[in-house]
Amino acid sequence: MAARGRMSWTAVAFVAPAVVVLGVWLVFPLVSTFVRSFFDATGAEFVGLENYGDLLGRDSVLTALRNNALWVGVVPAALTAIGLVFAVLAERVRWAVAFKIVVFMPMAISLFAAGVIWRIMDVQDPEQGAVNATIGVVRDAFSPEGVLSTAQPSTETVTGSLEAGFESTSQVSAGQTVTIGLTGIETGEMPADARQADPAQPTDGAVTGTVWRDFRPGGGEPGVIEAQEQGIPGITIELLDSQRDVVKTTTSDRAGVFVFSDVAAGDYRVRVGPQSFETPFAGVPWLGPKLIIPSMMVAYIWVWAGFAMVLIAAGLSAISREVQEAARIDGANEWQVFRHITAPMLRPVLAVVLVTLAINVLKVFDIVLSVAPGSSQDDATVIALEMWRVSFGGENNFGLGSAIGILLFVLVAPVLLLNVRRLRRDQT
Amino acid sequence: MTLTTLAHKATRAPLHLGLAFIGLLWLTPTVGLLLTSLLPAAQTNTGWWRLFQEPTLATLDNYRGLFDNAAMTEALWTTAVVSVSNTVLLTVVAALAAYAVTWLSFPGRDVLFVVVVALLVVPVQIALIPVFSLYNAAGLFDTVLGLVLFHVAFGLPFGIFLLRNFFLGIPHELVEAARIDGASEIRVFLELVLPLALPAIASLAIFQFLWTWNDFLVALTFARDVQPITVAIFSQARQFGTNIDLIAPAAFVSLAIPLAVFLAFQRYFVKGLLAGAVK
Repeated sequence: MAARGRMSWTAVAFVAPAVVVLGVWLVFPLVSTFVRSFFDATGAEFVGLENYGDLLGRDSVLTALRNNALWVGVVPAALTAIGLVFAVLAERVRWAVAFKIVVFMPMAISLFAAGVIWRIMDVQDPEQGAVNATIGVVRDAFSPEGVLSTAQPSTETVTGSLEAGFESTSQVSAGQTVTIGLTGIETGEMPADARQADPAQPTDGAVTGTVWRDFRPGGGEPGVIEAQEQGIPGITIELLDSQRDVVKTTTSDRAGVFVFSDVAAGDYRVRVGPQSFETPFAGVPWLGPKLIIPSMMVAYIWVWAGFAMVLIAAGLSAISREVQEAARIDGANEWQVFRHITAPMLRPVLAVVLVTLAINVLKVFDIVLSVAPGSSQDDATVIALEMWRVSFGGENNFGLGSAIGILLFVLVAPVLLLNVRRLRRDQT
Repeated sequence: MTLTTLAHKATRAPLHLGLAFIGLLWLTPTVGLLLTSLLPAAQTNTGWWRLFQEPTLATLDNYRGLFDNAAMTEALWTTAVVSVSNTVLLTVVAALAAYAVTWLSFPGRDVLFVVVVALLVVPVQIALIPVFSLYNAAGLFDTVLGLVLFHVAFGLPFGIFLLRNFFLGIPHELVEAARIDGASEIRVFLELVLPLALPAIASLAIFQFLWTWNDFLVALTFARDVQPITVAIFSQARQFGTNIDLIAPAAFVSLAIPLAVFLAFQRYFVKGLLAGAVK
């Protein structure tokens, strides 16, 4: 009995620091936040469920909830799939350890630093952002820069720029013709179906004309349609009235001839529309409000893929080789072995990965503040960020902030209960 | 024979190439940050891959600028102090508690462990507001101690859980034999259990170190002037782009240390991950 008493005091001494710390920093705050969520911003007045009502009436919170739902719906599943593929593939090579270390490495660095890294990767200008630079290179490989991306007027009767389009300086009216000569176009950039340019025929009630490559081997005379000079087919030609409004548009034919029929009386100018000139790739706005969520998800997936892979790889190595071998000997192919043996045996591991990631994704915070520029943050926001903004971001509404905190807690509560139930089962 | 090996190798080439490509893809962003940090300040509007064409452009000037910047070096120091001290403290508190929960009997033991498991997934957000008020009242706001204690608290559930799972694997007879020989509990703990549990303790320590080194949310909430590095970079990031010559080296230094720790001890790190839930 005495021995027991002595032991009990030892036990108290051993657990006391942990109990105090858990009590002050976790259990008390949990209860306190819950109580606080029923009081107003300053904590002076009991307001019942008002904060919870406000929370669901706030656009920013609703955006955050929608975004979190998207995160939970997309990211854990994507990560599990990626982790599974990586683990299965890595298992087949001898340098699996090196591969795993490389993929796992981002797990060691902060989500905040990872966000900074991806913010640098995602810069819109293809000269600076690696992602857009890569897209630009791939794009150029499949569809070289536009037909006319280097075009310029061949004489002073045509003015303008690639951005504004090229137009004839002379005014025309119905029954007259125009010629728009362009030069500076590489032979290889001419459309394949281009053929000898034709002079346009004057037509009553219509403005007609020719747009052509005013160049032939040897040079030729500028401003004159000569033999071996090709029409530029398939480009958009606009008819401008005296107010410079576009009144008609048409497209040139294979000989470069275009026709605006039924033209009312008056003076017009003819312009090759700027849409005809394919401009160089300007870059995808990854950090803009529309694409910021996928961009953040990519950054997050880059960080967490190693986690999914390592857990799944451990699950894979625990599966008995003999069962897989037996199936192979029975004539099953690799896909069948995977589909009917490996995958079902992996199910518990996959569930753990999915649940762990779902919880982590619900709490996502750092990456939003590091990847999203200020101008995109309202579109990128998540529950954890809203909780912080409402409480510490200037509004100082601790009542509403507590309610958002409780909301987050309620969302992870099912997993909490699951963990406790599993523990209870193991203990009995 | 050689022919079949060759054929075998040929069919496996796409696999090797594919994995190598993925590996390269995964390395690129980090390499991009490193190279960005080496670009001269006047050239930061060009892509980092330019250094492949003009390697002579690379310079350590940005790092000199970083280490001359008092706010940044102080922030790195704060991060180091917070991470190391809270890791030591957490390891001690968690090991003691895990020992008690595993090997000692006291009233409420099972309840305590259920609470610990329940607290595993509790989000940090739940504690921010009450602890903020508490810290203001107790003078712990904007102090290293305040950050350290908060991190210890949120590391404890995982720490106790991880260590208890490991302690359970130590044969009961071993502990009993030591007790019969007259060893006190503290001696059993220090001289028998701790040495045996060293791998698990290493896992926990590495985990906690990385977690607190990389923390952003807690630091952002409880620190104003005593800024850890993540918050210091964040306050710079408001002018992102113009001061990339400071942000890039700061971010790289801030990730080089956890990366080195991970590479040196990756086996323990992975063990910690596999041992159970993750925050």
